[in-house]
Amino acid sequence: MTAAAITAGLAGPATAARTRIGREWTLALPLAAFFAVFFVTPLLLLVAVSLFADAEMTRFGLDQYVRFFGDAFNLAVLGSTLYLGVKVTALTLLFGYPLAWLYTRSGPRMQSALILVIILPLLTSVVVRTFAWIVILGRDGIVNTLLLSLGLAETPLRLLYTEGGLVAALVQVQMPLMVLPLITTLSRLDPNLLDASAALGAGPWRGFWKVTLPLSLPGIVAGCLLTYAASVTAFITQSLVGGGQMLFMPQYIYQQTITLHNWPFAAAISIVFMVSVLGVVMLFNLLGRASKGYVHA
Amino acid sequence: MAALQSALPHRHAAPQPVTEASAAPAGVAVTLDGITHRFGASTAVDNVTLEIKAGELVALLGPSGCGKTTLLRILAGFQTQTLGRVVIGDRVVDSLPPAGRGVGIVFQNYALFPHMTVAQNVAYGLEARGAAKDAVRARVEAMLALVKLDAMRDRFPKQLSGGQQQRVALARALAIRPSILLLDEPFAALDKNLRLDMQIEIKQLQRRFGITTIMVTHDQEEALSMADRIAVLSRGRLEQFGTPEDVYDRPATLFVNGFVGSANQLKGRVLRVSGGVAEVALEAGTLLSAVTPDAGLAVGDPAILCVRPENLRLATEAAPQQIAGTVELALPLGPVVVYEVRTPDGGQVKVTEPRVAGAALRAPGTPVRLHPVSPQTCRAFPVSAGA
Ligand SMILES: Nc1ncnc2c1ncn2[C@@H]1O[C@H](COP(=O)(O)OP(=O)(O)OP(=O)(O)O)[C@@H](O)[C@H]1O
Ligand SMILES: [Mg+2]
Repeated sequence: MTAAAITAGLAGPATAARTRIGREWTLALPLAAFFAVFFVTPLLLLVAVSLFADAEMTRFGLDQYVRFFGDAFNLAVLGSTLYLGVKVTALTLLFGYPLAWLYTRSGPRMQSALILVIILPLLTSVVVRTFAWIVILGRDGIVNTLLLSLGLAETPLRLLYTEGGLVAALVQVQMPLMVLPLITTLSRLDPNLLDASAALGAGPWRGFWKVTLPLSLPGIVAGCLLTYAASVTAFITQSLVGGGQMLFMPQYIYQQTITLHNWPFAAAISIVFMVSVLGVVMLFNLLGRASKGYVHA
Repeated sequence: MAALQSALPHRHAAPQPVTEASAAPAGVAVTLDGITHRFGASTAVDNVTLEIKAGELVALLGPSGCGKTTLLRILAGFQTQTLGRVVIGDRVVDSLPPAGRGVGIVFQNYALFPHMTVAQNVAYGLEARGAAKDAVRARVEAMLALVKLDAMRDRFPKQLSGGQQQRVALARALAIRPSILLLDEPFAALDKNLRLDMQIEIKQLQRRFGITTIMVTHDQEEALSMADRIAVLSRGRLEQFGTPEDVYDRPATLFVNGFVGSANQLKGRVLRVSGGVAEVALEAGTLLSAVTPDAGLAVGDPAILCVRPENLRLATEAAPQQIAGTVELALPLGPVVVYEVRTPDGGQVKVTEPRVAGAALRAPGTPVRLHPVSPQTCRAFPVSAGA
């Protein structure tokens, strides 16, 4: 090969790559346009609407935000929504982690069975899943029937329209969002690491705490992020299982828009809610970035 | 040194304390007794029996997929064999978990904990065994000094070179004072120069501590240069277990003869057998005597006669027991010249000769006569045996 050919050979792919990258971005245009029209524009509109001072939308002003933060009730609704997300996320992690771990430790046949169980909720509509929970938790539901027939309760327990019931339903509904990222990280772990740990004298628990858990942190962060964002905004499950008894941000926004026609206030609390959730998500993301460093070594 | 000796409380009986101070061999004997391992229907290890002496360095040598790693994992206790027993010292350890076997292991990919620093990696086993904090610190310092990585103590594994990572893995394995050291292809990921350095380093450490060491490799040179004894495996079966000289000079099977070093394989038929020596009429038209380690060889059987290129001589005068041929190719390789000689039956034979500076090479087309140095350097095997 001549020097010229070598230079060409070296330069060739690089140049090609550069031109390819140079043109490739155009492929993203349709999606970008879609986002611009159906996401960014409505968002900007929402911000604009929230800046009307009155419900009739005649004057501009920050009145809606002042009103939101001036009323303890509003802050309580926001607080309980964000807290609901924390509870659901924590429980989903608690149940999801062993499930993901079991998956990575199982044989191929067990794995197919497990993945079906894990994915199944994603294949049915949220409405259907939520109604299933109503059937389970209702006054004459499965749980109450069982408790009564076993003599464990005198009268039917109130499970539906309680926060406990809602959390249980949300945990089940959002489980795939937690388990799938966990499975991804756990199956990427080098099995030799646990063998090394065992040979060095660490028992299975020590191996888990010192090796498996820290190395699966990126999966935990990703799973928590998805579960949190999905559970605080789960309008259908929150409304149907929570009933009218508890008020969370999504229903609050719905009320203000559809029932009270107070569009500027609804827009303002939407913006506040969105920013709060984004704040939590960013916090998670920071944790994720801190833990990512050593995993993709 | 006293601090070092007390660094580790011995919860398990098997590991013997090994310190820099104690020069006497502290390894234990290991016996693999009729080990068979099956993965489903396929047999990865087939009735392997190895008796390894205390303080010995044994290489498990064989081609890819012959069951070396499986054997090592069974010894370490990561896998339970289908049949057979593992005896460490004088205890049958089949029901013991890896931690109870006093085994230190260095994995092929090192398996360092990526989220821990070098020092934390080395301390892991000590902490798991409940050693006191300052004892752990002292031991970690000593181990890092041993593998010359004191300066790297706070780095993470991915900030180290391959050789440095391997030394960390070695320090981590040795920190718990194992009586057996297992190395799975320890040098595979290193470049040639580094490989030689690490081979010497490990050999010295092994000598100094007297740790019984079992090393998996598919590099015959590595096995020949480092091991006290070599176990050659093929398709899960033990082909030969012996010293490097045994394996190289007195291969027990056709497979070993071909796998370790290079060998000319000449086809022929057995004319006479007596006292472990066979006379083989080669297709190349010569009658040669050869040692036959296989008792199954009978008169009239087809046989393969193996002779290494360095055990053949080129002659110009005719004499009995010579193979005639013509030089086809001469390859000067620094210290030796390799000649490819075409025999009358169309076969090819390689011969190496020391190269003398300035001496002319035999030109292609030159008629030559070949003869083995002695009948002891020729081995005759049945055709069906092995690869
Ligand atoms: N977990 C497993 N399940 C099924 N078969 C396996 C498993 N591990 C190994 N085997 C099979 O057992 C045989 C021996 O494998 P092993 O890993 O011991 O080979 P090896 O000698 O270490 O090879 P290499 O030099 O390539 O590392 C191979 O045929 C392999 O396919
Ligand atoms: Mg292997």
